[in-house]
Amino acid sequence: MLRYTLQRLLMTIPTLIGVAVLVFFMLRVVPGDVVEVKLRGDGGTVSQEVIDSERKRLGLDKPLIYQFGDYMYGLATLNLGTSMWTERPVTEEISLRLELSLQVAIMATIFAVLLAIPLGTTAALMRGTWVDYVVRIVTIGGLSIPSFWFGMLIMMGLLYYWNWLPPITFTPIYVDPIANLTQLIWPAMAVGYRYCAVVARMIRSSLLEVLNEDYIRTARAKGVFEKIVISRHALRNALLPAITVIGIEFAFLIGGLVVTEQVFNLNGIGKLFVQSVSRSDFTLIQGMVMMLAVFYIFVNLVVDLLYAVFDPRIRYG
Amino acid sequence: MLDQQATARTAAPRDAAAAASTATPLLAVEDLHVQFDTSRGVVHAVDGISYTVNRGEVVAIVGESGCGKSVSSLAIMGLLAKPAGKVTKGRVLFEGRDLLKLSADDMRAIRGREIAMIFQEPMTSLNPVLSVGEQIKEPLFIHLKMTEQEAQARALELLQLVGITDGARRLEQFPHQLSGGMRQRVMIAIGLACNPKLIIADEPTTALDVTIQAQILELMKDLSRRLNIALIIITHNLGVVARYADRVNVMYAAHVIENGTADDIFLRPLHPYTIGLMRSVPRLDLPRGIKLETIEGLPPDLRSPPLGCRFAPRCPYRLDACIQADTMLRDIAPGHGTACIRADEIVAGTLVQALPPAKPVATAAAKEAAAEPILKVEGMRKYFTVPLSGSGVFSSKIATVKAVDDVSFTIAPGETLGLVGESGCGKTTVGRTVLKLEEPTDGTITYTGVDITHRNAKQMRELRRGIQVIFQDPYSSLNPRMTVGQIIGEPLRVYKLVKDKKEEEERVAGLLRQVGLFDYMAERYPHQLSGGQRQRVGIARALALEPRFIVCDEPVSALDVSIQGQIINLLEDLQERLNLSYLFIAHDLAVVRHISDRVAVMYLGRIAEVADRDDLYADPKHPYTKALLDAAPIPDPRVERARAPRALKGEIPSPLNPPSGCVFHTRCPIADEHCRREIPQVRQIGPRHIVACHKA
Repeated sequence: MLRYTLQRLLMTIPTLIGVAVLVFFMLRVVPGDVVEVKLRGDGGTVSQEVIDSERKRLGLDKPLIYQFGDYMYGLATLNLGTSMWTERPVTEEISLRLELSLQVAIMATIFAVLLAIPLGTTAALMRGTWVDYVVRIVTIGGLSIPSFWFGMLIMMGLLYYWNWLPPITFTPIYVDPIANLTQLIWPAMAVGYRYCAVVARMIRSSLLEVLNEDYIRTARAKGVFEKIVISRHALRNALLPAITVIGIEFAFLIGGLVVTEQVFNLNGIGKLFVQSVSRSDFTLIQGMVMMLAVFYIFVNLVVDLLYAVFDPRIRYG
Repeated sequence: MLDQQATARTAAPRDAAAAASTATPLLAVEDLHVQFDTSRGVVHAVDGISYTVNRGEVVAIVGESGCGKSVSSLAIMGLLAKPAGKVTKGRVLFEGRDLLKLSADDMRAIRGREIAMIFQEPMTSLNPVLSVGEQIKEPLFIHLKMTEQEAQARALELLQLVGITDGARRLEQFPHQLSGGMRQRVMIAIGLACNPKLIIADEPTTALDVTIQAQILELMKDLSRRLNIALIIITHNLGVVARYADRVNVMYAAHVIENGTADDIFLRPLHPYTIGLMRSVPRLDLPRGIKLETIEGLPPDLRSPPLGCRFAPRCPYRLDACIQADTMLRDIAPGHGTACIRADEIVAGTLVQALPPAKPVATAAAKEAAAEPILKVEGMRKYFTVPLSGSGVFSSKIATVKAVDDVSFTIAPGETLGLVGESGCGKTTVGRTVLKLEEPTDGTITYTGVDITHRNAKQMRELRRGIQVIFQDPYSSLNPRMTVGQIIGEPLRVYKLVKDKKEEEERVAGLLRQVGLFDYMAERYPHQLSGGQRQRVGIARALALEPRFIVCDEPVSALDVSIQGQIINLLEDLQERLNLSYLFIAHDLAVVRHISDRVAVMYLGRIAEVADRDDLYADPKHPYTKALLDAAPIPDPRVERARAPRALKGEIPSPLNPPSGCVFHTRCPIADEHCRREIPQVRQIGPRHIVACHKA
């Protein structure tokens, strides 16, 4: 297991180098840079000398290959540099928002999984009955309703019934857990709905498939209680494909919540991403892309390791 | 002499059966009806069957796929697929209680406790994420409320009972770490766990190799006798039943059409279907006839079964009365019933003619003398490399599987070479390599004098016209999105053998007729055809290019017995008319004997023995060939009961780690030190008989 994990970690290095190279050159292909946006962004006229000196200060005048070398050297020493716009370290900019985004993602996952398992299971067990149809409608809704719009509905509901809106400033959970949770539960629900729908549908279809397997018939032939047939024999097998979906969706929640963050006025990774792109803040974009790549790889690894935990066929080759 | 012995042996079980029948039977199925609601109509899967099982008795239910034999047993267990399947009528009395009237939980308490069930597919019938121990102990916890320690002790005892020696280690393992035979033993252990009174075994050995099949059947019969457990064996294989069953019920199209003791059914069959079924199986114990008798046509559609006798449309002896009204099962002799109105004529022997004595057929020797071989394989090897689990971070260890190791043979024009062996022996790889679907690792393959060993795909193209293949599974080897006409016409177009659409259609129609199908079937899609018809399409496709040599890879093993005979006859017919050569790959020794001129036996990638058919079957030299022949069940209770218990122990070793010396030495009854050290060379021991054994 340890060896396998190590092997997988080593295999991520070429992937990360590839991502780094791609993002670096793609950014340079797009016309414009942070200096132009900053100084000429509002249609102001600034002399070429000022721009040149600003570029020189940020190192943007150096030949591309030097910039690339600096960047790769930075990556190798785990130094992501400083934001070209705010001049603060990239790691600091990211970690400020990551805490919030990560918390929303985790809360959404808990919400989604806790709801999806019973939802998907009952739908599969009561296939073709009204319960199944209700679950199907609910999950189709989750897939088709954009989460920002659902978020807006939640906000309106809160305002209409309780005349209350979540606070605008972020309170970390270790400062005031209640204030923190009451603020983040709503966006978590807004994005968790879609998440839950995806996972519930996965569980429903994979459970239906598993229930047709021969070993379920064997379990019943042994006289196992129906409840145990479902929980012990069927669900354990049916959850395997769901783990993959849960992982992919979770990784997506980090950095994929641009509009939802806007609706709830959250200062998260998605917002930072949009900001840094519109500012052509190369170092920050590069840092965030690398962070996301690492995150995706990490989640995938966790999913694969979870598979090994749940499935002895993988554990013992 | 043989007969006397046989009667002496059969006397005992019959007395026992007679004695038991006075008491109430353990299980009585009375007028059971089961139907399935499908999107295309209601299927009457079981239509009024009745039978009884006494304590400690072995009862067989025999029939082809779709006849309702499995469904009826699932109905007894209350395990019909819901909500589609339901029992609409009848009673299932188990020790006097009607199981169909029990509540769901009362029935659950009986399953696994009083009645256990063993399923066909040991590969998929065990839960892959639970350890063997967890699965064996589960019924012990539920039904017998055992503690963990008691259950552990009982589980070890059970594994020992089913012949698994290193039980403690096996309990920790997961199903995928066990071989097929081992898994079926675990299934039996689960079935035995709570000392049930009845075990229903649904095709318990169909998925297993013949030597393993013999072990498992022997084990089940032995356990049933020792522990006085009644056994219902459901199977399509008549041979399996002959040795082990006390009584037999033959099912056809949702009805029981004949029942009786094993001797009644096998020696004095009274229904034309039973008679036909028995004659359509090639048999090892009888001289090989020229042609197999077959039952023409297909079983009826159970959504709208025929009004009269269900076998009437296929019956050579039908009368008008057969078609007008259904015939009920009635006793002809005590304990022997049949549902044929002409049973009296059958008893009198005036209806069904005895089999004509088999005539000797042109032997292989005559054929081979004719010309140079069409295919010559010399020293062929095919190795596969697989990564070994638990290898290092950078260097991954590679293991070599010697799928085919130093195999040589020739096939003459118009000759059939049978290639037999158990699963994993490399027979399919030989076929694929000869077809150049795999690159041989070493050796030469010569086709009509041309060395094709190192030809690439492009160079092979022209030769491919002459070398074709028929695959095992007619369900997955035809493209479901193409019509039959497109499937058969495709090679004609690819090789530009037809000028236009019209000519192609004519050729396709001709090919369809050649394989016994109708022109109009060209419009159909594969899923609209039966298994046998699909296999005919596969044959027509192979014939389209007018090949001289066809590799038949298990062409009949996925088919029902009565259909199997039709396909075998067709292949023989075509061979005669078109002077084809076959490499006939199969695991069924009787089928191979029927169709082959010469037979090669493979074991773990190596050739064990090659000889002319009659020579090989009459006088096998290699201990493995002997064991295979010995393990093959024969549908005659007299022959079966007279046979010694099966000798071959153990399982096929992993090809990743084959034994040293002779690969068979681990299972060979006569192996000695010499066999363990040295690989036996292939030796000529007769004019046309070669064998790879030190002792032969």
